[in-house]
Parts: sequence; C-alpha cells; structure tokens
Amino acid sequence: MSGSATTGDAHALRDPGIPHATLDREADYLHAEHTLRSWFFTTDHKRIAILYLASITAFFVIGAVTAGLVRLALVVPDGQVFTNDTYNKLFTIHGVVMVWFFLIPSIPATFGNFLIPLMIGARDLAFPKLNLASWYVFMTGAFFTLVSVVLGGVDTGWTFYTPLSTAFSNTWVVPALIGVTVVGFSSILTGLNFVVTIHTMRAPGMTWFRLPIFVWTHYATSLIFLLATPVITLALVLLILERAFHIGVFDPAYGGDPVLFQHLFWFYSHPAVYIMVLPGMGVISEIVPAFARKKLFGYKFVAYAAIGLASVTFFVWGHHMFVNGQSDLASLAFSVLSFAVAVPSAVKVYNWTATIHKGSLRLDTPMLYAMGYIGLFVLGGLTGLYLATLAINQHVHATYFVVAHFHYIMVGGTVLAFLGGLHFWWPKFTGRMYVESWGRISAFLIFIGFNVTFFPQFILGYLGMPRRYHVYPPEFQFLNILSSAGSTILAVGYIFPMVYLVYSIWFGKRAPANPWDARGLEWTVASPPPAHNFLTEPKAPEIPYDYPIQASETQRHHS
Amino acid sequence: MTTSDLALQLWPPAASATAVETDWLILAFTVLTLLLTVPVFLAIAWFAIRYREGVRADRSSSGLRSMPIEISWMLIPFLLTLIFFAWGARLFFISKSPPADAMVVEAIGRQWMWKFQHPTGQSEINDLHIPVGQAIRVRMTSQDVIHALYFPVLRMQMAVLPDRTTEMWFKADRTGTYRMYCSEYCGTDHSRMDGRLVIMTQAEYAAWLQDAGAQQGGQAGAGRAVYEAYGCGNCHDPGARVRAPSLAGLYGRPVALADGRTITADETYLRRKILNPNRDKLAGGDRQVMPAFQGVIANDDLDRLVAYIKATGPRAQQEDRR
Repeated sequence: MSGSATTGDAHALRDPGIPHATLDREADYLHAEHTLRSWFFTTDHKRIAILYLASITAFFVIGAVTAGLVRLALVVPDGQVFTNDTYNKLFTIHGVVMVWFFLIPSIPATFGNFLIPLMIGARDLAFPKLNLASWYVFMTGAFFTLVSVVLGGVDTGWTFYTPLSTAFSNTWVVPALIGVTVVGFSSILTGLNFVVTIHTMRAPGMTWFRLPIFVWTHYATSLIFLLATPVITLALVLLILERAFHIGVFDPAYGGDPVLFQHLFWFYSHPAVYIMVLPGMGVISEIVPAFARKKLFGYKFVAYAAIGLASVTFFVWGHHMFVNGQSDLASLAFSVLSFAVAVPSAVKVYNWTATIHKGSLRLDTPMLYAMGYIGLFVLGGLTGLYLATLAINQHVHATYFVVAHFHYIMVGGTVLAFLGGLHFWWPKFTGRMYVESWGRISAFLIFIGFNVTFFPQFILGYLGMPRRYHVYPPEFQFLNILSSAGSTILAVGYIFPMVYLVYSIWFGKRAPANPWDARGLEWTVASPPPAHNFLTEPKAPEIPYDYPIQASETQRHHS
Repeated sequence: MTTSDLALQLWPPAASATAVETDWLILAFTVLTLLLTVPVFLAIAWFAIRYREGVRADRSSSGLRSMPIEISWMLIPFLLTLIFFAWGARLFFISKSPPADAMVVEAIGRQWMWKFQHPTGQSEINDLHIPVGQAIRVRMTSQDVIHALYFPVLRMQMAVLPDRTTEMWFKADRTGTYRMYCSEYCGTDHSRMDGRLVIMTQAEYAAWLQDAGAQQGGQAGAGRAVYEAYGCGNCHDPGARVRAPSLAGLYGRPVALADGRTITADETYLRRKILNPNRDKLAGGDRQVMPAFQGVIANDDLDRLVAYIKATGPRAQQEDRR
C-alpha cells in the first residue's frame, strides 16, 4: 500500500504543516506527526491504543513486582520477610492493579481500540474524542488509586469486603475506591464506543457473519462493560458513603448487610472475568486459523458462543458465595448455572482444535502462545467446574485452589492471549518484525514458568492452605518454594519480550503489510497503517477466514 | 503442633465420612477431566507434528458435518459434568442437615482469635476439642468483620458473619490433632487466626471437659491466648522492637508515676492501664504509645488478661511462644 498511487489521498489526509519530504513512506499513523501534543491530544484510535498499551504495560510491571514480593515472602512459612501489614498491602496492590488497571483494559483498550476499526473497514471509532477522553479518565482514576493504595497502605484486598473495608481498615480506602469508580467510567465509554462503531461503521458488505471473531468477542465484552460496570460503580459509591457517613447499607453496626456488598461486587466482578477472557478468545480465534492456514471451524458457533458466555455470565455470581451465608437453594441454582458456562467454553476449545486438524501448521511465536493458551484455559476452566461443585467448594473456597484456578484463567488465559496477540499484530502496530527465535524462547519460558508457579497452588489449596496467608504451616513450605521458584522463570519470560520488542521498534526488520499471509482487513493496509486507515474504500471479504485450506473443501493438498 | 512436620505433603488427612466422600468426588471428577482434556491436548500436539507446514499429509476434508459434531461436543461434556453437580449438591445438602442429637458448640470469631463454648459451659480459645463419633453442630457469629471457620480435615468451611448466626455440622470419625484456619481475609493478622481441632475419644473428651472446667476458675490459661490474640507481646515481650515495660512479675509491685506518686500495680491499676494507657503516666519520660483498649476488649477477655498478668512471673517468661 506504499508508493505514489495513493499519494493524492494521503495529501488530503495529512496535516499540511508537515513537510512530506522528510517522510520516507506514506504518512503512517506513527510518523504522521511527531510532537508530544500529537500523541496526548490525538483522536486517532491507533495512537490511543498505543497510549493504552504503554500505560497498561507500566501497570503490569507494578503488579508483577508486587506479585514477586508476595512470592518472596512466601518462601518462608513464618512470615519473617515482611510484617503482616506489609504483606497484606502488597497483595492488595497486586490485585487492584492487575485486575482493574491491567486485565480489564488489557486487550480491549489496546488491540480492540487499534484493530476494530481496521477489521470492520472504518476510519476510526464512532466517537474519537470520547475514545481519547476514556484514556484520560482511565489514567486519572488509575493514578489516583495507585497513589492512594501505595501512600495510604490500603489493606483490604482487591475485593474490598465489608465491614472490613467500611469500619475496620484504617487506611485510604475512600480515595482508592474513588479512583476505581472513575476507572469504571472509562470502561463504559470504551464499551459504548465499540458497540456503536460495530453497529454503524462497518464497511459496505461487512455483514455480521463476515466479521472476525475478534470483533464478535469485543462486541460481547462491550455489552458486559455497559451492563455490569454501572453495578460496581453503584456498589463502590455505596461503600464510600457507608465509610464516610455510616448510611447503614453494608455495616451491620448500622443495620446493614455485609453480604449484600458481596452480591453487588460479584454481580460485576464475575462478568468482569469475561471482560478479561472474551477478548483473549477473540485473539486466539484470529491466530489459530492464520497459523493453521485453515478456515476457522464452526465460525457461527464460535461467534454465538461469545454472546452465550456474555449472557450466562450474568447469572452465576452467587458461586462466589456458596459458603458465605447465602441460602442453600440459591447456591444450588448458582451451581448448576455455573456448569452451563462449560457449554460455550467447550464450543470454543473444540472448534480451535478442529481448526488445527488437517491444517498446515506454522509454529511461530503467536501460535505457540495460542496453543499454550488453549491448554491453560482448559485447565483453568475445568477447575472452575470443581469450584462450582457445592461439596468441593465447601472445602477449597478461599484457598490456594481458587488462587491457582483464577490465575490459570487470568494469566494462562488473558495474559497468554495478550502476548500472543501482541506478537501477532506487533508488525502491524509498529511496522517492525521482532526476532522470531527470541519470541519462541520467551513463549516456552512463560509456559513453563507459569505452570511451575501455579500448578503447586492447586495442591496447596486442596491441602487446605487459605489464600492471603502470610504465615502458613511448615508442611506447606516445599510447594510454596516451588511456586516461588516458578515465578522467577515467569519473570524472565516476561522481561524478554519487553526487551526484544522495544529493541525491534528501532532495530527490527521492516514489516510488510501482511507478514503472516493472514486474512482480515487489517492486513490489507500498510504496516504501520496510514493515519486514516484505508486509502481506498475497503472491500469486505465474502468469507471470513478465507485461508487456503477450507474445512468444507475436498482433496486440497498443501504444496 | 502435633501435625506432621513433613515439609512436603500431597494429600490432606480426612477425619469424617463427608471428607472421604469429598475426596472421592474430586478424584472421580479429575478422572472425567482427564478423559475430556487429555485427548484434546494429545490431538493438538499430534496435529502440530502431523500437519506441520511442509509435512506431506492428507489435508482433505474429513467430511464431518459441523452441526452434529458441534451439538455433540456442546452437550456430551456438559451432561457428563452434571453428574458431578448432582453428586456435589447431594453431599452439600447432607452437610447442611444436622441430626437432632448433635452437640451444639458456640463459636465466636473476632480479630484475630476464635472462642468456642461447649454445651457444658467450658470455653476455650483458638482450640476446639471435640469427641469422636459424635455429631457436632457449630453455631458461629462474629464480633467484628467477616471471618470463616475452616477445618481442612473435615473438608468444610463456613462464613462467620457479624450480623447473624451461621452453622456447620460434622461427625468426626478419626482422633488426632488437625489444623483450623480463618479462611476469610479479616485484616492484619488474618494468617495468625488459626488454631487446632483436637478430636478425642469420648473418655478423653470427658476428662478434658473436667480439666478445662477446673481451669476456668483461674482463667490464666485462657488469658495467655487473649494476650496473644491482642498482640500484647509484640511490644511487651522481651526482645520486642518496641521497648514497652515488661509485664512479668508486675502484679503487686510498686510503680513510679510521672507525677511523682508511686502506686501499687493491683488489679484495678492493670485494668485501667489496659483500657486507657494515658492515665497514670509512668516515670522515665518514654513516649506513651500503647493504644487504648476501652471499647475494644470485651469484659470477659479483660478478666482473663488481668488474670494472666497476675499469674505471670519469671516462669512465664521462659515459656515458649505458641
């Protein structure tokens, strides 16, 4: 998409103040303008995605360092490394930062922002200024919370359970909550923008069933942003009012019900799990066909499964409260509904596997991450069914079994999908290729490090080690040391991409428009894409995932 | 702790029929999980080798129609897992229906200690002694935040809420000393809010009750647990970072005050100093840092604590910390 054929268009799109002669290629979004102002006041969805990418990477580092300190503390059973208070503050920072400032915005705000307009053939999101505003709202809230949590030593855990958070914690709970509430609005703005964009800005011919699954999963995610986030906003505002004015909603001392907070909290926070998981599924659904060179198996089922997950997730929040004083009948209903989540999840996993069957596989870095993702997501998902089983939950609730389970979903799932997607679209984002062998090495390190860190925690949980324990019985020490050792491998695996990806920005090989020979409109434009995405009217493909090997075709041999 | 000191443990002991059945439930579920996942993992690994780019292979359509195959992999795993939903629910409801002859133990949780009261009136702190073979019904409430009482050996836990009473019941079938935890995060010393579940024979339990009943008069033993639970030792123990006055042998001794008076450390003095340390400042000019316990410590605990301080002497200093 370079060369003189499109210069006329590009001229019209470019700020006339920029001298063209200094540009060695078409005005791609990275080089269109160079000032700080052009980044911080940009309304280009691609630049905003990069702003988000830089921000969430910084938050990831903070969350990872605190996780490392938590694992360091747990090497010894008697809590000699930190005081109990310091330990509690560390896991609170880890949870708050990772959940709210990394996992929730991770894929939607970066890849979603960058790719949705490209994938549907639009010039930008429906509301570009709102998109920029959402980043400022996010940064304001996140920075405010981070400062409060660090300076004010918030020690409630990321769950802020009452009445510990309302009446007993002498820390900066209110400022931390205000920040989290503000961040919620950024999610709502992003979700709103995606829904409107996907409804109204699809290129001619881009019907719903020609959309990449990535767009479907982001549509489903956006619905959750819009429907669930207001509930956590409400819950957190009530919590702030409770703490400040004792209004008596949650605190039993004033006639409130502390379990009510858990209901409101999980009514958001369980769907939030799918805010983190669905976009990852979208990423995997793009990577697997591209590296199997084969049409995605069961496209419509995979698309509907995304909507199915986003729907059923609203009816399972009570499985966090089987042993928290909820009525037994409610627990029974939440248990069976939670089992229903297995249906759309199975659809995804089996269809990816069927896509690989009789494909022509390239085991490049993104595909390695995708395969790792499938394995870890399956393990995380099935242990979720264990937890949904009432009698098992009665034993392993609030133990390390739960910690292991959700890290298999959050890290094994979301983080691996994030890294897979980052490597897949890195050439598109930056116009540069990274060194493939480094990518493969770090993918292996992360997979191994992750399993050594978190698999022992399943056993610790079944043995009965409660979560959030700084001091623990000596018989659990061996498995804790193993877990901490694994986390150092994981850390090395995380540091590698930060180094070689950043290195590639300046020294990497220039990327062609479509280095993977992948399908999808984002690969039809230059890498990095022009400032306004499409220089000519994009034409929607008639079949999504139109790869050389068709699931329905007969007698097609790979050369 | 009489619990095994082995550094590596891979499966927890079980001391009730419910616990054993929970183990069977999770083991059977694991077998199903393996049946559902191992083929997928093997298939992915096999496809990655068999259908790697450049390898000659039959890549013709397998002829599988997508509708029947989609329906089958949606429904078959789901229906199979529902067996475990039903099994787990049955076991859960059994563990929610106590028999009429269950012995009722009252439990109170508070930051960061447990108190149990036996039907015959004896109470204990951070330990629960129970007879084997007898259905026990624990009725729990919290005095502050939400806690949860967790006995891994019974595969059972239940939230302890500040605004109502929750229950759990079990019938232990194996004697021994096992671990007990608070499993709902409850603030600073959450991980120190643990204790022991001592399952005894009926005869041992009867003897223990008598012994515990005799100790109730002195209260000093229980006071030691109160001393631990409120973290008094963090400052008052020898070697603590904060150099607070030692309490060993304090009772009955003369104490010099900042205003020049000298008073005897009697029971009234101890009580007043605990509730409001700023009264009767000590001579010596050290900064007064102890927080007031007025409205924090319950009266019965204060009685025990004072009894402990009264009983403590040079001997108590040598005692191991728990």
